[in-house]
Amino acid sequence: MTPLEQAFRDDRGRVLAALIGFLGDFDLAEEAVQESFTIAAERWPRDGVPTNPGAWLVTTARNRAIDRIRRDRTLATKTRLLEVTEATEDDMIPTTFPDERLELIFTCCHPALAVDAQVALTLRTLGGMSTEDIARAFLVPAPTMAQRLVRAKRKIKAAGIPFRVPPDHLLPDRLDAVLAVVYLIFNEGYSSGGGLAGEALQLGRALAQLMPDEPEVQGLLALMLLLDARREARFRDGELVLLADQDPTLLDATEVAEGRETLDRAFALQGRGPYVVQAAIASLHADEPRDWAQIAALYGELARITDSPVVELNRAVAVAESEGPQAGLDIVEGLGLDDYRYFHATRGELLTRLGRPGEAREAFQRALALVHEDAERRLLEQRLAALGSPQGSH
Amino acid sequence: MKYMMLIHQGSTPTPQDPEAWGRLSQDEQQAVFAAYKALNETPGVTPGVQMQPPETATTVRVQDGRTLTTDGPFVEVKESIGGYFFFEADDLDAAIDVASRVPASSMGGAVEVRPLVEW
Repeated sequence: MTPLEQAFRDDRGRVLAALIGFLGDFDLAEEAVQESFTIAAERWPRDGVPTNPGAWLVTTARNRAIDRIRRDRTLATKTRLLEVTEATEDDMIPTTFPDERLELIFTCCHPALAVDAQVALTLRTLGGMSTEDIARAFLVPAPTMAQRLVRAKRKIKAAGIPFRVPPDHLLPDRLDAVLAVVYLIFNEGYSSGGGLAGEALQLGRALAQLMPDEPEVQGLLALMLLLDARREARFRDGELVLLADQDPTLLDATEVAEGRETLDRAFALQGRGPYVVQAAIASLHADEPRDWAQIAALYGELARITDSPVVELNRAVAVAESEGPQAGLDIVEGLGLDDYRYFHATRGELLTRLGRPGEAREAFQRALALVHEDAERRLLEQRLAALGSPQGSH
Repeated sequence: MKYMMLIHQGSTPTPQDPEAWGRLSQDEQQAVFAAYKALNETPGVTPGVQMQPPETATTVRVQDGRTLTTDGPFVEVKESIGGYFFFEADDLDAAIDVASRVPASSMGGAVEVRPLVEW
């Protein structure tokens, strides 16, 4: 990797955040940062790599932005730069520059923006992904994604969405929104096996480093690491493998260890929120043999926090393992999750184990009708085939 | 930043509908008046003038040079604007905070926070 590629990977988010903070304008900042990397590509090979590449890029981008604004005075009236005095190309390059990525992510995930816009903006600015790549990842035409980004940036400016870490009374809600966006990005990548999971992990790592005292931030990173550790185990020959059937030797041991270390940090911070509990469950799943009773207990705790029938469904699976399929089915039958494919798939599994193939077949067929992903469809079809052909039924 | 705060009463009881208003206790009625008073005294707030209920509105269109009028507001009565005020603050978070203290936002209506163009 060349020094420039490394700077792009390591510093781009920080450089852009600093520029957005300075200019108060996403588009202008993006252009200026782009330009500073172009200048670096010319000069670094010729003049040598600066001692602090990030600070060099920030200073260069700032100077370019100021030049541009000077050329376009009408724009200047609309930016914070009015408060800034002269700046020249041969300014001293500072040794450090403030890390404003937190301010940036809280701006991108502001609740006044729609969630799909929050996700797109976070990937574009902090993840450095191209509009085309984001569009591809979310199966949206590129012009639609471009439009979504334009509208979001326009709203941030026109509506006065602040560039800052929210004050204490707003922080819990706003942090929830940020974590939800990161986890959503992770899940999008996780379910499709695509590259978004890596983006989410990088965002999670940055957040964990920037907010070291927030247990849920550590919890989310731990959860993503422990899930990502299953990346190889989850698929066999392109087919989805159920958690119970996954080969434990395929787990990424380094990620499991890092996940558990992160989880311990969350526990040390007295964390007991939904991400911490989910990470604790994921950690138990990495043990052989599994402590299903403990997993069921943690799902019980998670159900109390989230009040979610989907969590209850997961608890039912753990209870089925520790107390038998009937105990699991008793929980499942009480859940009003008729539109949820995993509800029917879980019923199908439990009914199969209870030796009730007719009802199991019906349940799998209902799950199949609700599925919209190939790997999952094939898994359900295998389950149905294993039940054999219906006997004496219609 | 300057914002126009558009109050949609929705199903919020107001004194303009004595029947619905009468179903509120005295304390609840007093709380509504107190909340509006507090809003009007909030730094940055410029109160709007009071509007008659949306049922009294007349909607005007011009078609082929002819002026057409219809009885009632442009949108549904339930969706129409029941009042407004202006608010000047540093950012949207401050405006969201003020909007959440408008009684309508917690009594069946909503407040639309609309930034104004500044020159």
